[in-house]
Amino acid sequence: MKSLSAQLLPSKQVEILDIWIKLQLKNEGLRSDLMSNDALKRESEELLKTILEAIRNDDTTDIKGEAYDKVVEVLAGISLSRASNGFSPRETAYFVFSLKEALITVLEKNIAEPKELYPEIVKVNKLLDDFGLITFETFIKGREEVILRQTSEITEISTPVIQVWSGILALPIIGTLDSARTQVVMENLLLKIVETESTIAILDISGVPAVDSLVAQHLIKTVAATRLMGAECIISGIRPEIAQTIVHLGIDLSNINTKASLAHALRTAFSLLKLEVRKVGEYSKNTHA
Amino acid sequence: MEKIPILKMGDFLLVTVQVDLYDRLALGLESDLVNMIRKYSSRGVLIDISAVNIVDSFMGRILGNIAQMSKILDAHTVVVGMQPAVAITLIELGLPMTGVHTALNVEKGMAMLRDKLFLTEETPNDSDNN
Amino acid sequence: MITINSETINIKTEQDAVFLRNRVSEYANKIKMGLVNQTKLLTAASELVRNMLRYAGGGKVLCEVISQSVLQTGIRLTFIDNGPGIPNIADAMKDGFSTGKSLGIGLPGAKRLVNEFQIKSQEGEGTSVTILKWKNG
Repeated sequence: MKSLSAQLLPSKQVEILDIWIKLQLKNEGLRSDLMSNDALKRESEELLKTILEAIRNDDTTDIKGEAYDKVVEVLAGISLSRASNGFSPRETAYFVFSLKEALITVLEKNIAEPKELYPEIVKVNKLLDDFGLITFETFIKGREEVILRQTSEITEISTPVIQVWSGILALPIIGTLDSARTQVVMENLLLKIVETESTIAILDISGVPAVDSLVAQHLIKTVAATRLMGAECIISGIRPEIAQTIVHLGIDLSNINTKASLAHALRTAFSLLKLEVRKVGEYSKNTHA
Repeated sequence: MEKIPILKMGDFLLVTVQVDLYDRLALGLESDLVNMIRKYSSRGVLIDISAVNIVDSFMGRILGNIAQMSKILDAHTVVVGMQPAVAITLIELGLPMTGVHTALNVEKGMAMLRDKLFLTEETPNDSDNN
Repeated sequence: MITINSETINIKTEQDAVFLRNRVSEYANKIKMGLVNQTKLLTAASELVRNMLRYAGGGKVLCEVISQSVLQTGIRLTFIDNGPGIPNIADAMKDGFSTGKSLGIGLPGAKRLVNEFQIKSQEGEGTSVTILKWKNG
């Protein structure tokens, strides 16, 4: 014998949808800027249809059951799209919890006897709570994916390699240098070295907040990789406090060409390439003297 | 047996590795090169590895060996054209190959060899005449 | 973690090592692994295959394409041999330690190149090394 809600609810789809939509529209948190009412209606209808279908086929409240696979899928899809569209967790949760209210309203209206009504409400409650949990989970997963994508985008754009002179590249590093970022920095730098046939790379660390032994190791690795390619690497932008920490930590940078500022590094690069920068006119004066 | 060809160009020997190295091939190259240096009294060796996708510790060591052996026979070795991914991997592996001279490409490698040869044989008179 | 694809390659000669490299690189391309990560994986594999050939005279390699989530796929390689085994794994994992005449960076170096590294060895029974490299990481 099927439970009352399994018999009753599927036949009331239109009524439930109507109450649900009204509840959602009434809610102050409705984001008409992110989603049109039509789209909201479509989403609600789709989800309700699959839920009622599942309730009709499987009378248990175990959402791991086969009948609920489709519901979980639809629900996850909706939460994911809401997460990436910028909905807040509250707005996403309200979507599911207002359905609970709608279902209970319909049950109340159709079952007069409190004794019969109570177990049905408990059942609907349990089911919708589980749906709510799924919504949270997938919502957070969706946000994590957004974060992951942004992280990789930031690493991409925050490591520009600039050609400052023919044969000289500069790479200003801004922010912390962890191992994932070091790999991106190295790869971008080495590819650019090949592309521009540059023989000198200047790594400017003015924008690196702190240099500990791990960061230093990453810098040393980058220098070593540059040398393997056949180019020389100069590290510039070393602030006094960073020089102090480096020595206090006992980090050996003696094999690495370090300069206080980018200007100094550039001057060194010029002299390595046997180039000179002079004020106009000075040249002739010197040769006549 | 497969062999990597070695070209003689005046005082220099030229090697372009076009296939992925495996151990026996690399060992063969090592002994062939040393014999050629001796035979032609070569002064420089240029090894182009731009087509090599993988250099592991063994092949890295062979390159280091070649550099050291040719040094004993009074020839300089320059390894050119290492791919960025290979360079990053070697560093992560823990093989910075500090004893080996490197250059970006064949052209820069040849210039480097000429520089080295010129510097070691430079006398005051020579530089004036050139 | 789900295994999407798996294949076993027997290793008896150096040429088999070249075949393994090409095969792994095919898989890596299929899951769109970046060039640097690919090179690291192939180099680590090359180190381990050499050990296998040198100390155990060969063995087999299990190649698997695995997936953890939508975003994270990777390649897992398991190197199994029936060689003499490694008496002291802690020593073998140290930089500069070698029983042969090599640089002694094969095992520790391979470990640095991958995301996960596991080694099991029984003296007289053989050695099994598992490495895993994620597509991004």
